[in-house]
Amino acid sequence: MGNFKLPRLLLAGLIFFIIVMILSPDMTGALNGYFMVIIERSLIFVILAISLNLINGITGQFSLGHMGFAAVGAYVSGTFTSIWFKLNPHTLSHYPVFMICIVIGGLGAAVVGFLIGFPSLRLKGDYLAIVTLGFGEIIRTILNNIDYVGGPRGLLGIPMFSKFPIIMLFAFLTVVILRNLVQSSHGRAMLSIRENELASELCGVDTVRYKVMGFVIGAFFAGIAGGLLAHLLTLAHPTQYGFLPSALVLIMVYAGGMGSLTGSVLAAFTLTFLTEGLRVGIDALPEFTIASQTYKIGTEWTMVIYAILLILIMLFKTEGIMGMRESRILIIEEKK
Amino acid sequence: MSALLSIQGMSHYFGGLKAVSNFTFDVPEGVIYGLIGPNGSGKTTTFNLITGIYTPTEGKVLFEGRDITGQKPFRIVQGGVARTFQNLRIFGNLSVIDNIRVARHFTVKSGLFTSLLRLPSFKQEEEVVREEAMQLIKMMHLEDRAFDQAKNLPYGALRRLEIARALATKPKLVLLDEPAAGMNPKETDDLMGLIRQVRDDFKVTVFLIEHHMKLVMNVCERVKVIDFGETIA
Repeated sequence: MGNFKLPRLLLAGLIFFIIVMILSPDMTGALNGYFMVIIERSLIFVILAISLNLINGITGQFSLGHMGFAAVGAYVSGTFTSIWFKLNPHTLSHYPVFMICIVIGGLGAAVVGFLIGFPSLRLKGDYLAIVTLGFGEIIRTILNNIDYVGGPRGLLGIPMFSKFPIIMLFAFLTVVILRNLVQSSHGRAMLSIRENELASELCGVDTVRYKVMGFVIGAFFAGIAGGLLAHLLTLAHPTQYGFLPSALVLIMVYAGGMGSLTGSVLAAFTLTFLTEGLRVGIDALPEFTIASQTYKIGTEWTMVIYAILLILIMLFKTEGIMGMRESRILIIEEKK
Repeated sequence: MSALLSIQGMSHYFGGLKAVSNFTFDVPEGVIYGLIGPNGSGKTTTFNLITGIYTPTEGKVLFEGRDITGQKPFRIVQGGVARTFQNLRIFGNLSVIDNIRVARHFTVKSGLFTSLLRLPSFKQEEEVVREEAMQLIKMMHLEDRAFDQAKNLPYGALRRLEIARALATKPKLVLLDEPAAGMNPKETDDLMGLIRQVRDDFKVTVFLIEHHMKLVMNVCERVKVIDFGETIA
């Protein structure tokens, strides 16, 4: 004995999980339900941010429609669980079925990711940005017009299955899997594409294959996150998946540091809490009157503040919080 | 000796400009072959045609008797042709050892899922790759910097790293595009020894482009001279 050490990442995950569980309303209740939801949202955004980081930061492509894949995951898994719940309302444990539905949602998003990525990643340059930007809008429009999933009303009545332990499990597995990917020969091939695509090709890397692979894996995890979000809010609505939410995830990746998984995790937590803080803060601002007109600053100003934040990051800390560095927790030790 | 690389009637035009015109030559196996000529004479274009970055307008490229004309660059590399660049193309933000490991990646058999789960077979294979990368690093005298970011290395070391990266693909033919560019006389002398050592240790054929006549005359066993896309000697 004594030789056995719990891997650092597992340890960090467990500590976080136990602390939150102790503070949760079910136990000591130090955190109320509202706070729990913010933490759960943060974990979902962790999945979104690191999966986008795989596409934008690791493989060096530029995707603008990450929430589009989340929408696919949300609607696919939401439809499946709604049907299951209607057919079997009295089953004791829905959770295994729920988790399978989430993975199906992820696979749906991965298939869409392949259909989008395969043609556009064969070309070099900015085509992917244009295509994914368009894709994000197309998905929103399609969902607005399919009556089966509620059209503009959104998909309602999704059962509330996204409990903290399940979200935590998915977020943790996503971090582990992406960390393992980056520190394998496949991940190194992806990194080399970011560094220099031509040299990468001349090291024998099938660049198109690896770009598509990174993109599809990113889409898969976005689909997982979308499914979890839908089952947390008990609804999926087209406007949740438009350009602005995609931009928020993008800001997380840039703020955290392109290519740094640690940075994305930190930024996802910081910005999710900041969004809520700003929402509450701006709401609390008093109305003011100029020339007998009464004004109230609306919460839509959050995005203005984010835009300013992004500009400041670009000006003063171009590489984000972490740059390309990783926390030691996320590095698999190599003997030197 | 049989021809490892055989160029047959190869021409390439950029629009109306003739960059390479009706080239025919053989590179025999096991030699150090030199290609010289003034700037703009089509040397680098020749390399780009062989490695598949451009597709020749006319003519064929045969490697080991197989027609590789117009294949994708990564296929040609996997088939056994590696190259370096005149203006370095190093993966700057990766460590020195990772630069080399990228070039070994296509020989790795572990599939995506084996890698994601870090199964024992994956770990074993990673260990082999690491050992081989370290050997190349030692040969290029880069062992002190193996885990540093490549962009922090001095210029001469980067040239050696590029050669190591090319060798890591386990090639039969190595194309060196002006390996001595920007090197001082001492470094150039060391490079000459290194090129011979590479040929002898790795049993590869070396095909190089160079302006540096001393290096060419010392190292190359056969030399071809071109100008304006035409063969002179």
